Amino acid sequence: MKFIDEYRDAELARKLVTRIEQLSTRPARLMEFCGGHTVAIMRNGIRQLLPPTVEMLSGPGCPVCVTANADIDKAIALSRLPDVIVTTFGDMIKVPGSYSSLQQARAEGADIRIVYSTQDALQIARDNPRKSVIFIGIGFETTAPTIAASILQAEQEKFENFYLLCLLKLCPPVMKAILNLGEIKLDGIVCPGHVSAIIGSRPYEFIPRDYSVACVVSGFEPLDILLSVAMLVEQNEEGKPGVEIAYRRVVKPEGNKRALELIDEIFEVDAADWRGIGIIRDSGLKMGKAYGRFDAERAFTITPGPVREAKGCICGDILRGVKTPVDCKLFREVCLPEHPVGPCMVSSEGACAAYYQYGDGYE
Amino acid sequence: MSENILLAHGSGSKLSHDLIEKNFLAPLANPLLAKLDDSAVFDLSGRLAFTTDSYVVSPIFFPGGDIGKLAVCGTVNDLAMSGAVPLYLSLSLIIEEGLALDELDRVVNSIKTAAEEAGVNIVTGDTKVVNRGSADKLFINTSGIGVVPLGIDISGANATVGDKIILSGAIGDHGIAVMSQREGLKFSVPVQSDCAPLNKLVSQMLQVSSHIHCLRDPTRGGLATALNEFAKQSNVGIKIEEERIPVQEGVRAACELLGFDPLYIANEGKLVAIVDSHDADRILTTMKQDPYGASSSIIGEVTEGHRGRVVMKTRLGASRIVDMLSGELLPRIC
Repeated sequence: MKFIDEYRDAELARKLVTRIEQLSTRPARLMEFCGGHTVAIMRNGIRQLLPPTVEMLSGPGCPVCVTANADIDKAIALSRLPDVIVTTFGDMIKVPGSYSSLQQARAEGADIRIVYSTQDALQIARDNPRKSVIFIGIGFETTAPTIAASILQAEQEKFENFYLLCLLKLCPPVMKAILNLGEIKLDGIVCPGHVSAIIGSRPYEFIPRDYSVACVVSGFEPLDILLSVAMLVEQNEEGKPGVEIAYRRVVKPEGNKRALELIDEIFEVDAADWRGIGIIRDSGLKMGKAYGRFDAERAFTITPGPVREAKGCICGDILRGVKTPVDCKLFREVCLPEHPVGPCMVSSEGACAAYYQYGDGYE
Repeated sequence: MSENILLAHGSGSKLSHDLIEKNFLAPLANPLLAKLDDSAVFDLSGRLAFTTDSYVVSPIFFPGGDIGKLAVCGTVNDLAMSGAVPLYLSLSLIIEEGLALDELDRVVNSIKTAAEEAGVNIVTGDTKVVNRGSADKLFINTSGIGVVPLGIDISGANATVGDKIILSGAIGDHGIAVMSQREGLKFSVPVQSDCAPLNKLVSQMLQVSSHIHCLRDPTRGGLATALNEFAKQSNVGIKIEEERIPVQEGVRAACELLGFDPLYIANEGKLVAIVDSHDADRILTTMKQDPYGASSSIIGEVTEGHRGRVVMKTRLGASRIVDMLSGELLPRIC
């Protein structure tokens, strides 16, 4: 398959692994930020190919996983309102909140529909003029522009029944928060590929400058990841951390100007609640003043119960890179894809789901 | 003459009789069916295999087949995977009021063609019509009876360490063919369902070897699920190689796009066999001569280690677990 097979070539992969082995003389602890990277690493068995000096940790880059229980509770409470249709991306439906999940609410009679894009949600609003259609907007900078576009479209077409529960989050601020926590000593970050297609590579420049941590923006194919690891190891060995792009076919240093303008027009930067980390200043997006009428939290009054965390679940520690799924007592025992306790086991990009699904180092 | 199925078509009235006579008995004619008694009565001797399956695929027509062909092939294949020679099928339809009569005729014609190819007879049947909205166009149930020849013992529990694993061709075609219809995906070369009766392929395999230990048609849950079932039932490890598992271009592209793994996508005309290593090459050669096994390959082997688990060597040379499908991947694909 063109544009895919080139990035999965086994011979080139072996060459990159050899290069990493030759370059790496001292320990390098790298965090792959994205859930998509974690999945690609596990699915291709990349960790087994790397020399023992290179350690890979999963980061907080799975939008479903970092959604706080409080926010899931809000989505569930909205779904229980009369004459409301909640629309959401598929993974969200199984995530347990404090007391229930959207899946459970649906079984109890709530009208909750899985959509593949905001266009589907708009269409449902068009088809159901007497109902209020709420889209659960989760995601990072990658998803924000399309959600912004749907708000713009709703404005232009004068929708009066379309709302957004805006749970969008921003990547550079959470990276900063993790580095500030100082719980783990990182030598490099495999930076998100598709987020960077929107924001570019410049927003990461504070990381090498202020924290001396190397950054390489990576794609999601095996060769992309191996190349990024090689570049991070090289920066680390030379003692010259910087920001590089190993995904030039998609990412430009300046990002996507049009998409960034769209985000700016619709949203405002605000604090956001991250599972396992808590509230981080300026790390999320909320509806801008001009579009406040589409804000589900303003349009509806809900009273979700007090927030509760699942006992024994260490998703928060995993998202901060402090622990790995195999450190969790519930992993594979109580917490399974069919009975997930925490969100990292639910999302197809969750670290626990990836570890469960693909295992690690079976010979 | 009405062009659509009416509730009255299922009422037992003259209309029902006309429908059965004209639209079912005529195309599916055979002496046992023609008797029209409450049951088909026939002689059989030896060990019998008996199976049933319901078909609710949506849409009912898809590239490479339709619900009728699926209803015959699915049940024939279930019998064949036990080593049985399929003989007789029942055919039961639940029709939603309003189904176009010509659509029903197309489905029945597919049933006829598939049954002829598989060499089975439809010997008993039933038709019900339900109110609009109580079914989605057409649901079909078929049950099948076959005879298992003497000395054949095929079961998912029979895999032994050292056995070879043979796959009869590229995976994922059926699931993606149906899914692409539903999601409106367009490919330059459309993916066709692989829906086919495999009983003749199996009978040829059985002629050249009496050491075929396990057979399964990897339908819902795909190849990954079938192999996991073998590993657990036989309490053995299974090791496969990613490079050796054929996946055609369109299926790969669709999987990339939709975030699926072809290992979990349904097939309706493929089989996976676990066979004694000494017979593997002979069986493979025989399979390759059959049109439904032309792309067969040995994809792995049964191992002593990691009992109960399937492990795959990735293209990059690392290994990873291949787990069972958890949850629902694609609803209503068969």
